[in-house]
Amino acid sequence: MSSNASANSHVHIPKVGTLIAVFVTLIVLTFVTAEVATFDLGELNVIVALGIACTKATLVAWIFMGVRYTSQLTKLFCVAGLVFLSILLLITFSDYSTRHWTYHARPWATNPSLGTSK
Amino acid sequence: MDADTLGMWTFLITEVLFFGGMFAAYAVYREMFPLAFAATSEFMNVKIGAANTAVLICSSLTMAMAVRSAQISKTSHLIRYLFGTLFFGTIFLVVKAFEYHAKYVEHLIPGPNFHPDNLAPQFMHNAQILFFLYFCMTGMHAVHMIVGVGLLTFLIIMAYRNAYNEHYFAPVEMIGLYWHFVDIVWIFLFPLLYLIGHWHW
Repeated sequence: MSSNASANSHVHIPKVGTLIAVFVTLIVLTFVTAEVATFDLGELNVIVALGIACTKATLVAWIFMGVRYTSQLTKLFCVAGLVFLSILLLITFSDYSTRHWTYHARPWATNPSLGTSK
Repeated sequence: MDADTLGMWTFLITEVLFFGGMFAAYAVYREMFPLAFAATSEFMNVKIGAANTAVLICSSLTMAMAVRSAQISKTSHLIRYLFGTLFFGTIFLVVKAFEYHAKYVEHLIPGPNFHPDNLAPQFMHNAQILFFLYFCMTGMHAVHMIVGVGLLTFLIIMAYRNAYNEHYFAPVEMIGLYWHFVDIVWIFLFPLLYLIGHWHW
């Protein structure tokens, strides 16, 4: 942990104004996401909610967590985390969203008697 | 090279996947039982959830300010902002405890005693899945908050001992990363758990 002493020369100290601006944006977006949920937009509701959440998360990571000011290697690690997460989600969803295809192709999956009769 | 920053981010990636598994389970069951999930939204207190989101954002700001104070060797400011973060974090946990109590009183704990009023009978079974996920996800988030409160207490004690200055502030920065990460988890939990259906002010 003492690496800070040597790395200190290129430590980025964020401006107070930047931090406050991010804070205000986050509070406003929280209000917006709660307000949007009072309208029935069908499928759009969850898309807007997740879009706002991703924007807020990116703001927190980019400024508060200082990803913007870190090394390329740390940025690569952050992206790697997102890639791992998308693998987790994509494979899970592709499994669950295509299960009924196989049930169609194999009627005995939903009606066991069909599979054994021959 | 900042080995500490890289190591912390590696840990946070494992945390992303830890919570990611629960988010995946949530998404699968919401896709399976959209109506049952939407029917539970009236049991969620959106105003309290939104207020608690704001409280966590406040704690993230004070945490960022604490790191900044350490970077410029302002120990008195550092202690003040760490206390601010501890304060907001504790407020969040206390509000969460009251929310859990309200769920308990309304018989919303999944299991044999799950029988809330005003829930259509056809949703009785599948709605429990949402509340199971609700307690797992917010519970694990709260556990992380409690750990964070402990880490903040450690930082405050060390800051009183003048342990941090412009040459050495890695613990403040790393615990800051952890705290912001826990905030990000809540940023996703709030819309996904509280804003499934529609509500009115």
